[in-house]
Amino acid sequence: MSIAVGRVRALARAELTLFGRSKGTIVVALFVPLVLPFSARTAVEDMDLGDAGLNVGLVLLPGAVGFSLLFAVYSALVGVFVGRREELVLKRLRTGELRDREILAGAALPAVCTGLIQSLLLAVGCAVLLDLPAPQAPQLAVIGLLLGLLMCAALAALTASFTRTVESAQVTGMPLLLISMVGSGITVPLELVPDRVAIWLELLPLSPVITLVRGGWSGELSVYETIGPVLTALAWTAFAVFAVRRWFRWEPRR
Amino acid sequence: MDTNEHEHVIEVTDLRRVYGGGFEAVRGITFSVARAEVFALLGTNGAGKTSTVELLEGLARPSGGRVRVLGHDPYADRAVVRPRTGVMLQEGGLPSELTVAETARMWAGCVSGARPTREALALVGLGQRAGVRVKQLSGGERRRLDLALALLGRPEVLFLDEPTTGLDAEGRRDTWELVRALRDGGTTVLLTTHYLEEADDLADRLAILHRGCVAATGTPAEVTAAQPSRISFELPEGYFVGDLPPLGALGVFDHEVEGRVVRLRTRELQRAAAGVLGWAERAGVELRRLDVRSASLEEAFLGIARDATSAAEKEYAA
Repeated sequence: MSIAVGRVRALARAELTLFGRSKGTIVVALFVPLVLPFSARTAVEDMDLGDAGLNVGLVLLPGAVGFSLLFAVYSALVGVFVGRREELVLKRLRTGELRDREILAGAALPAVCTGLIQSLLLAVGCAVLLDLPAPQAPQLAVIGLLLGLLMCAALAALTASFTRTVESAQVTGMPLLLISMVGSGITVPLELVPDRVAIWLELLPLSPVITLVRGGWSGELSVYETIGPVLTALAWTAFAVFAVRRWFRWEPRR
Repeated sequence: MDTNEHEHVIEVTDLRRVYGGGFEAVRGITFSVARAEVFALLGTNGAGKTSTVELLEGLARPSGGRVRVLGHDPYADRAVVRPRTGVMLQEGGLPSELTVAETARMWAGCVSGARPTREALALVGLGQRAGVRVKQLSGGERRRLDLALALLGRPEVLFLDEPTTGLDAEGRRDTWELVRALRDGGTTVLLTTHYLEEADDLADRLAILHRGCVAATGTPAEVTAAQPSRISFELPEGYFVGDLPPLGALGVFDHEVEGRVVRLRTRELQRAAAGVLGWAERAGVELRRLDVRSASLEEAFLGIARDATSAAEKEYAA
């Protein structure tokens, strides 16, 4: 019997090869998350951060992780899932021993690893360039990052369920990108948003990830304040997994 | 092994498949395939071949009826069945940017007891193309790569959906040879095709599907035996059909005349042909465009399509 781990690895290896051969994906996944945080720097420097107990580094670093999750993981994976479906690769894979979840996991693995490595590099880069001290509660940042990777992969599969072609993936992926950039604290920290708005924005998918990563550096989250974001991220992931099991399409529409 | 007890490796009973829109693609078909047998599903486009094969492969749950592959439900017991089956889909399913070798390696990592990829590629004659990207392969080469993947896991049961579509004559013959060799090695093969000669040549038994039903089933000889043989020729100048010997006495049960061309249908080809040729000999005439042919699968196939169509028309008129 072939082993599940071996099957996922074989698939992930092929997917990594494909990633390396798709120039468009490489540019979006590798360079956009590197460029965006630094282009946002001037805008962040003009913000009134001191009153909220923040500084430029504490805004840009979680923001950079957010950009990485959105572009290197979420956007890239929507394209991967839809592309493989259009090429009937998913259907072909389903004729073999692979379970459905193994197929999705194998296809997602390279992008998830890219996001992980990129986030770590961005975090180190931001910390060094922006003179941030060492994280006060690194475990929170790690939890936030891992939850974010899992959730973005699941949300990508969900978005792919409702996307017909690789071209339309540019459009169907847009809502989460825009909402997250504006409302999840990636560009504008929720601390600067009026409370009655912020309490709702905290429930957006990427908000808990940003909160946890920022809290990991500032060390200002109590256990109680940590539970909320963790549960929010888990809830989004559970919802996405449920929806994918229900609605994911393995073959193109005819 | 438990499967040695199962004489029939594939058993299909009253199988139905209804699609979301309500279209009934498979309407109660029954057949079985024995171990080490090549079984062909024949049919026009839209007859329900692929819809049926997908149910056998366990890709979808039947709307009604029962499928057993190696004694198991291929959909519910996929973990048991899949390691022992190989599948070649009708089209696609290969990432275009991977090379032949990379594709084979990926698939080899996903099957139990895989052959060396080099061996699988050599089996289908793609050994020299290992470094080529899939998008640069010809249609026929892609079919052969797909076949190589289906063979990677040394399957006991092989499902081939139109395995030779897009292949040139040589490639087609090579595939036939390979399928025969696999069969001789004990592999059970179920294939679909719309090439009648392929079914005739390759299949031990076959079923002709028409509009989701089995219209005929048996060995190629059995299916053909139900069909009449044909003699056709051009009447010599100055002769009429009435000048021929009494057709009934020659074993001809039906004839038609179109212009000067006469077509006779008979179940006793030798007697009828001898009668017609003897008559021509005695009359000292040459029968131009003479064509004597025994019943073929093609005849059977067209006959079934014709009968079914006219039956449907009658139904519609009534």
